[in-house]
Amino acid sequence: MARDIHGGGLAPSAVREMAKRSNEPFLWALFSAGGVVAAFLIPVLLFLHGLAFPLKWLQPPTYQRELALVSHPLGRLVLFILCFLSLFHWAHRFRYTLYDGLQIKHLNEVIFFLCYGGAVVGTALAGYMLWRIP
Amino acid sequence: MESEVSETPIYTPYHPRWYRARVSTYWWSRRWAYLKFILRELSSIFVAYFVVLTLLQIRALTQGPDAYARFQERLKAPVLVALNALAFFFVLFHAVTWFNLAPKAMNLRMRGKRVPDLLIVLPNYVAWLAISTVVAWLLLR
Repeated sequence: MARDIHGGGLAPSAVREMAKRSNEPFLWALFSAGGVVAAFLIPVLLFLHGLAFPLKWLQPPTYQRELALVSHPLGRLVLFILCFLSLFHWAHRFRYTLYDGLQIKHLNEVIFFLCYGGAVVGTALAGYMLWRIP
Repeated sequence: MESEVSETPIYTPYHPRWYRARVSTYWWSRRWAYLKFILRELSSIFVAYFVVLTLLQIRALTQGPDAYARFQERLKAPVLVALNALAFFFVLFHAVTWFNLAPKAMNLRMRGKRVPDLLIVLPNYVAWLAISTVVAWLLLR
């Protein structure tokens, strides 16, 4: 969903390179799913935890309540999916921000591995951390 | 008879080349539409920032009530409040641009006709409101 610009206006060599890379649609699907999940969940979570609770606009939940929500199997699952897909959303979009936005075209491979590698490591870390919550 | 051909061949300077105008690094600063594009792209950084913040919060929760209280106290620092406000603006921008682009990416058809954009955009906003309400209710009740 919502990816009308990326991939357009590339140099012929870059197009050939992308055609070779058959995992591009798969990465795009992860990006797209991440965009949906991030759009639905992050604004409300960031507003409450990052602004409303620290600024005392609203009463934050107690430690027990927050722990109960996060450690509930459904809570863990939602948080894992949110972290996993959001990170791959970031990886894909940030990779193209560097490519199209900042015109960094000579470090393709390095950026590719740093972005998706970062997403893989972050996803594994999220899984581990959500697993070991008491 | 001596050959006039030299050892190293001389190439003509007229070999074909692509003409490609050099694009400035700051090309996106010239027009509002371009700036909007780059702001939308930069929103991904704040999506990743949110994941980091969430993982830190989960770590504090795992460590116990004291560690969690310290984490909550740290979030009151003006620098972090300002950062979170900026991040909130960007994720909001991401959500709005994402929902508004949905009909352009989906191109649904019914009885041979394109489904009007509003019919795709509106349910997205309704779902966004519903999900946000449920999350807020879970955290505030």
